[in-house]
Amino acid sequence: MLGPNDIVSALEAAGFTHLVWIPDSHLGTWEPPLRGSRLAPVRVCREGEAIGLAIGLLLGGGRPLVAVQCTGFFEAGDAVRNAVHDLKLPLKLLVGVRGARAARAGKTADNCPHFAEKVVAAWEVPHTRFDPAEADAAALTSALKSLVDQPTAAALLWAE
Amino acid sequence: MMTHRDALEVLAAHRRDQIVVTTMGSVALWPQLSDSPLDFHYLPSSMGQGVPVGLGLCLARPGHGVVVLTGDGGLLMNLGCLVTVAQFQVPLYILLIDNGLYEVTGGQAVANAGRTNFAAIARGAGIGRVYECASRSEWEAAAGESLSGAGPVFVWLKVAGELGKATPSAPHPMAEQIERLRAALLRCGPVTP
Repeated sequence: MLGPNDIVSALEAAGFTHLVWIPDSHLGTWEPPLRGSRLAPVRVCREGEAIGLAIGLLLGGGRPLVAVQCTGFFEAGDAVRNAVHDLKLPLKLLVGVRGARAARAGKTADNCPHFAEKVVAAWEVPHTRFDPAEADAAALTSALKSLVDQPTAAALLWAE
Repeated sequence: MMTHRDALEVLAAHRRDQIVVTTMGSVALWPQLSDSPLDFHYLPSSMGQGVPVGLGLCLARPGHGVVVLTGDGGLLMNLGCLVTVAQFQVPLYILLIDNGLYEVTGGQAVANAGRTNFAAIARGAGIGRVYECASRSEWEAAAGESLSGAGPVFVWLKVAGELGKATPSAPHPMAEQIERLRAALLRCGPVTP
């Protein structure tokens, strides 16, 4: 199982310059290693705003990763539409899927896992699933490389 | 009360090498006053994202000033962005064009039009340099100071509501704008995040 230090190290190695994010109970565990990281974390107030900020970073030559929970991704739909389809920017997203593991085990009534992939697909953002509880560092490096190498916008659906 | 065009004419007289991000009604007016590759007409847009786009440009290009022209309707959709901005010491100059209206959609009033104190909201968000101008002469007097020095800066420009304007369109296609802006920024120097 990957820990916060492994994840932040892999994000740095993948070449991202900024992490635009809002923590949830899973993504928030990255905060201690992020404090000493060269990956510049940018805390925003709402997820649509994270997308707008990433647009500016991309226009200016930065290589941001937006990391948000799927609930926030749902809110951010118009900004995603604009970044990906109007501006055609290679927006990179890590979308935390709340309750994904519990849903697989049939132990939650949370509807986030049901909607997360459908909504990402509805915005026509290429995506792959990743579960940090079942992966090692090499698998994460490979998943992030695929995300970065995708010439268009792309998302990693991150099981929580 | 000054017009929207008055407000932009004063900006044009004081703008130096900053990037200027326009939104909504300013997309139609600013090209009449400027055609710099550092002008970015954020249209088509996601309403309310002008200030975040400007902050992102500031963070990607440390030290390069960015002016964002936002309307009151757009800012009201995303007030939290002022709190986000206040976390950073960046040369971001937010010019709020407050006409009290959704001008592009036919002149419907924004929520609580004329009674919202945007300067107080900006100060309360933690932005230290806040200016308030209700006339062209006030804006002319404040522009030199407010558009220079340490940021972020918030300038509340109260302008007259105008109806019957054509729906704005950007003077260049988005792909061309992005290419122009990136090329101009490269000429300013490499990215140093």
